[in-house]
Amino acid sequence: MDIAPIFSALRRHRLATLLIALEIALACAVLCNACFLIANRVDQMHIQSGVDEASLAQIKMDCDDCDETDLNARVLSAVGQVSGVQSVSVLNAVPFGEHAGTAGIHLDASNQKFGGVVDFFVGGPGSFKALGLNLVQGSMPKEDDYRAVEDFIPADAPVWVTRALAEHLWPGEDPLGHEFWMDRFHFRVAGVVAHLARPGGGEGGPETREWSVFVPGIPGKKLAGNYLIRAQPDQLQRVLREARAAAIKAAPEAVLDQQQSRTIGELRSEYFQQDVAMTHILVGVIAALLLVTALGIVGLASFWVAQRRRQIGVRRALGATRRDILRYFQTENFLIVSMGVVLGMALAYGLNIWLMLSYELPRLPAYYLPIGVVVLWLLGQMSVLAPALRAAAVPPVVATRNE
Amino acid sequence: MFGYYVLMAFHSLKRNKVLTALMILAIAVGIGASMTTLTVMHILAGDPLPGRSAHIFYPQVDPDPDDQDTHEPLDVMDFHSAVDLWSAHRAERQALVARADVRVVAPDVDVPALKRQMLATTADFFPMFNVPFQYGQAWSGTDDDKRARVAVISDDLNKKLFGGKDSVGHILRIRDSDMRIVGVLKSWRPSPLFYDVNGGRFSEGDTASFYQKPEDVMIPFSTGQDINRNHFNPFTCWHVPDQRSEQRDWPCVWVSLWVQLDDASKVSAYRRFVADYAAQQMALGRFNHAGNTRMRNLMGWLDFNHVVPSDVKLETWLAFAFLIICLFNTVGLLLAKFLHRGGEIGVRRALGATRTAVFAQCLMEAAVTGLLGGFGGWLLTLLGLWIVRRQPTAYADLVHLDIPMFLLTFGAAIAATLFAGLLPAFRASRVAPALQLKTL
Repeated sequence: MDIAPIFSALRRHRLATLLIALEIALACAVLCNACFLIANRVDQMHIQSGVDEASLAQIKMDCDDCDETDLNARVLSAVGQVSGVQSVSVLNAVPFGEHAGTAGIHLDASNQKFGGVVDFFVGGPGSFKALGLNLVQGSMPKEDDYRAVEDFIPADAPVWVTRALAEHLWPGEDPLGHEFWMDRFHFRVAGVVAHLARPGGGEGGPETREWSVFVPGIPGKKLAGNYLIRAQPDQLQRVLREARAAAIKAAPEAVLDQQQSRTIGELRSEYFQQDVAMTHILVGVIAALLLVTALGIVGLASFWVAQRRRQIGVRRALGATRRDILRYFQTENFLIVSMGVVLGMALAYGLNIWLMLSYELPRLPAYYLPIGVVVLWLLGQMSVLAPALRAAAVPPVVATRNE
Repeated sequence: MFGYYVLMAFHSLKRNKVLTALMILAIAVGIGASMTTLTVMHILAGDPLPGRSAHIFYPQVDPDPDDQDTHEPLDVMDFHSAVDLWSAHRAERQALVARADVRVVAPDVDVPALKRQMLATTADFFPMFNVPFQYGQAWSGTDDDKRARVAVISDDLNKKLFGGKDSVGHILRIRDSDMRIVGVLKSWRPSPLFYDVNGGRFSEGDTASFYQKPEDVMIPFSTGQDINRNHFNPFTCWHVPDQRSEQRDWPCVWVSLWVQLDDASKVSAYRRFVADYAAQQMALGRFNHAGNTRMRNLMGWLDFNHVVPSDVKLETWLAFAFLIICLFNTVGLLLAKFLHRGGEIGVRRALGATRTAVFAQCLMEAAVTGLLGGFGGWLLTLLGLWIVRRQPTAYADLVHLDIPMFLLTFGAAIAATLFAGLLPAFRASRVAPALQLKTL
């Protein structure tokens, strides 16, 4: 199809053409970046916790000034008797729960070489196995690996670190046998696990999300009140309900933390609630954006069709088919949208750079742009279809009427 | 003339219903989205103590031996620094603030023990921050000195434990100690919970928790050292504390100080006082650097902590980008509409209407469209805020449309549409009379 006549027609409507093209350009920029933001959020929400989420639940008891060793014994025995409990163990924190042992570590005894802020999971016998951690190097904690807990952590202990933390602390090296310090506390790496997400977010962005350390410890005064239950996934809800009741009965002087005594799955969805809400908002914005852009195209195309009824009639009288008229409006729309997206791609990159500076977002991958372009082309074609069909329906006889 | 133009505008809107509806819808959606986010911003970025915030200050010294003068000091202070500064009483009013999670139970009522947040503070806290009371009153400075076993509770906790009745005189057991309730707060919801704000620079923009409710239990700071010994929440520690020693001697920061200073000379005097204190502590060997003391005023401290969550800022930017797109749309549609009436405008021009009259008339039509769009935008803003209130964030219950924001909704809609109408109206007023008449 010859596009020269379309161009000369558009030149007569420079302003309106420009407006629609600018609108498309802005829509393209916002669309690409909003989609990218969504993809980023979804990415963060799919973080691997590294534990068997479907089989695990936490029970958290707060007990001021009670005998912790006795509390542990009573709760472990009472919960262990609930039918369906595969194991119950003491663990100071769980992924997506509350922080319990967040501290900065150093790679030397004099605390000069800073290694980063990590989370310590201090777990009693059985907790490592119950978590279902995927061991990639070293062996499971043995009985003599469990040491007495001082303050919140054993003073000198073998530890299991995540692959992400090992790679951060000793890039390219075999982490087994490496040492690190936290204040006067000394640790030696005895094993590496594939994943273990820290309780809350990382302190230095998404890459620190898995800077976790598992430390075996003997439950007692400084390791008490937080319990990990493992059960069959299909029984977990019931087991947790009964375990909560059993724990309250076993330790009436303690307060059960209702918020934290949940399955890991529930804690996870609560942890990401805000991200889910933000994703919904972004999806809503994209939908509204596409709708408004489509409305604009429909409005202007309808106006042009009404304005050109007579010319359309003349063309039809001179032998143009309905198909030709339809094509004319479709091509016209394609040209306008194309002009818009060319500018839009540049705008999208500009917006992305601004987002990178103010929200520490990564660079927009290039493949978002062609996808955005195709979406806008399709949107343009869909919106112009109805007005174009109306134009195609104009009978040749209109040419002879004097409206 | 004005009234006539308004009538004409309404008449013209009715002529092309589809185009009019599209325009109103576009404006309503754009205004609805931007006003929703702007209202949330307005509530979150507002002044929690209007009229007083300029006189409220947050002094800081830096006890951390690993820190340096080139760094910002720690967000809160150690026990000794905070209490030393407080007990000097150099400000009009001064309040210490420390927080803890405690178990509370009311022995006279049958409600199981609850886990609640407790604030340990000093008597000046209440008058300094204009805290409203429903029953009873705050404790006095003498209670602070006597380590009195008294407590003030929130409206929420009073409802939960005592069904909302006057509970002054009742006993509240905190941990293992019996405290006498001396006051019940009215519902009090500062936004943000400014006196607890700290650590914003480490939160990566996730600051929604700054907007949570005030603590349910408030007790004298001195009494707190007796009944909640070693159980206050530290902000951070530079060494792992020896839990057997007293918390006041831990290498940790966990006490904040707020002061009220009513004029500039007092502010500079206090600033000097804080700097001198740090220098003195360095001379005594307790600090190893003293050059990075700070004293921001309340709003300065909130800014430093980036209290508005970054998600909310992002939503606001998005909404405005969206509004601009809606406006482009409106410009295009108005242009189409006005030029469609080229013939009619030509006739009016030929009959003697000036360009200004045509321009004014077109703008009036834009303004009326804007007004209708603003009405739609208001409804959509209400819907948007309703959705925000259902979000799982700490500030959800704070969100509402106040009178200024309500008026702004309409103002913004009309202004935006007028702005969008400028170009189309200008083009319409340039229609040459003769040319248009020829085609009739």
